[in-house]
Amino acid sequence: MHKLRAWFLLPARLVNFVCFVVPLCIVLAYSLLSRGVYGGVEQPWTFENYRRLVDPLYLGIFLRSFWIAGLATLLCLVLGFPLAWFIARSSVRRRTLYLNLVMIPFWTSFLVRTYAWMFLLRDTGLINTVLLATGIIAEPLPLLYNNGAVLLGLVYGYLPFLVLPVYTSLEKIDLSMMEAAADLGARPITAFWQVVVPMAKPGMRAGSILVFISCIGTYLTPDLLGGSKTIMIGNVVQNQFTAARDWPFGAACSLLLMGLVMLFLRSDEL
Amino acid sequence: MRNGKWIAAYAAAAYLFLHVPLLVLAVFSFNASKFTVWQGFSLQWYAQIFENDQLLESTWNSLVIALASTVLATAIGTLCAYGIWKRKAPVLSGSLYLSLVTPEIVTGISLLALFQWSFRFLGLQLGMHTVILAHVAFCLAYVVITVLARLRTFDASLEEAALDLGATPWQAFRLVTLPAILPGVIAAALLAFTVSIDDYVITSLVAGVDSETLPMVVYQMARRGVSPVVNAISTLIVLGLGVLILVSERLQQR
Repeated sequence: MHKLRAWFLLPARLVNFVCFVVPLCIVLAYSLLSRGVYGGVEQPWTFENYRRLVDPLYLGIFLRSFWIAGLATLLCLVLGFPLAWFIARSSVRRRTLYLNLVMIPFWTSFLVRTYAWMFLLRDTGLINTVLLATGIIAEPLPLLYNNGAVLLGLVYGYLPFLVLPVYTSLEKIDLSMMEAAADLGARPITAFWQVVVPMAKPGMRAGSILVFISCIGTYLTPDLLGGSKTIMIGNVVQNQFTAARDWPFGAACSLLLMGLVMLFLRSDEL
Repeated sequence: MRNGKWIAAYAAAAYLFLHVPLLVLAVFSFNASKFTVWQGFSLQWYAQIFENDQLLESTWNSLVIALASTVLATAIGTLCAYGIWKRKAPVLSGSLYLSLVTPEIVTGISLLALFQWSFRFLGLQLGMHTVILAHVAFCLAYVVITVLARLRTFDASLEEAALDLGATPWQAFRLVTLPAILPGVIAAALLAFTVSIDDYVITSLVAGVDSETLPMVVYQMARRGVSPVVNAISTLIVLGLGVLILVSERLQQR
C-alpha cells in the first residue's frame, strides 16, 4: 500500500516541484543578480534590487496597492456580509440556488467580467450614453481609468470570495441564541454584535484574507480599468519582465508580493 | 427567524450588481448599431466571429490546450488526492495550497524565468507545450481540492473490504474507490477545463507565436477599445463556461 501511495504522489510532486518550487527559486536567484545588457540577468550578486523597492516612485505604488486592496476588502466585507446573511437565513431549498447565483458569474471568465465594466464605464459607455441622452450631464463623466474604477472592478471580481466563507460560518449559528439574547433583554443590534459577529468571525477573517491577497496581487483589473494612471504591484512586475526588461528588479517585486501573501496567510492561522 | 424586507431588498440589489453588467454586455451583443445606442436586433456580430480567422484559430488553440491540460491535471491530481487521503502529505499539500494563492502574475513570470533558463540548455522555444505545462501546474491544486472533498465523503471500509477479499491495492483503487468518487473527478475536470480555458495572465507570459489563446485575443481587442464583436464572443464564453460550472456544481453536490 505504501509503495502504491508513493507512486500515486510522484507525478504531482514532480509537477509541483518543477513548475512551482524551482521557478520560485530561480526568481529568488534573479532578484539577487544584476540586470543584463539585453534583458536577462548577469553577475555580480547584489542586494541593490531590494534597496530599490523603497525608492519613492515604487514605494508610492506599493502603498497605493495596499490602500486599494485594503479598501476593496473592507467594501467586500460591508457589502458581502448582508448577502451571506440573507443566503444563510433562506429556506434550505433556496440556499443552493442563491449560492450558485453568487458563484457562477464568479467562475466564468474574469477577463470578460472586467471587460463588462469597460463597456459600462468608458466615455461612450452605457452609463455616460444614458446620462447624456437624458440631459443629466453635458460632458461624459471620466468614470474609467482611475482608482475608483479599479476599486469597483476588484469588489465586483472578488465579492464571492467573501460571501462563501462568511455564509459557511453564518449557516452554523443557532438562531435560538439570538432569541435567548432578546429574551434576556438585549436589543436586536446588541444581540447581533454580541452573538452573531463573534461567531461569524472565522468566516469573515478567512474571506477578508482571500480578498486581500487576491487584490494585492491583481494584475488584470488595474491594467484594464486603471489604464496608465492606476498601476499596482502586479503591473510593476509585468512591466519589469516585458517592456522595462529589468528582470532582477521584477523578481524582487515578485518576492515582495509572495512575502505579503504568505504574511497574510499566516495571520489566518494565528 | 426569516429574512426581513430590507435584507431581501438588499440581496436583490446585490444580485443585480453581480449580474447586470454581464446581462447588459449580452444584450448589446445583439445590437444592430456598433455604438451604445439600441438600434434593433441583429446577429451580425456573431457572424463576424466566424469570419475572424484570428478568433477561430485562437479558440482552437484554447480548446487543445484546455483539453490536454485537463486530462493531465485530472489524472495527476486524482492520484495525488488519493495519496493524500490515504495518509497526509503536509509538504506537498502546503505547496499546492500556496500555488493556489500565489498571484497569477508571479506564477507567470516565475514559469517564464524557468523556461527561459532551461531552454538555453535545451534549445527549445515557447509554444503550446510550455502553455500546457503551465496550465497543468496551476490546474493541479483545483483538481486535488475537489477530488479530496469527494474522498472525504467516501466510506473507507468499502476499500478495506475489497482488500480483505484479496484485491491488490491497485485493484481496490481502480474497481472500488475510483468508480465511487467518479462524479467528483468529473467535476474536478470541468473545473480545471474552465480555469484553463479562461486564463489570460499566466498564458500570455509563457505563450509562443504559435500558441495565441482566445483570452489573449479578447484582451487585445478589449485593449484596443470596446467593440460589439468582443461583446458577442464574451457572451458565448460566459454561456459556455456557465454551463460547465453548473454541471460541475451539480456533480459535486450529488
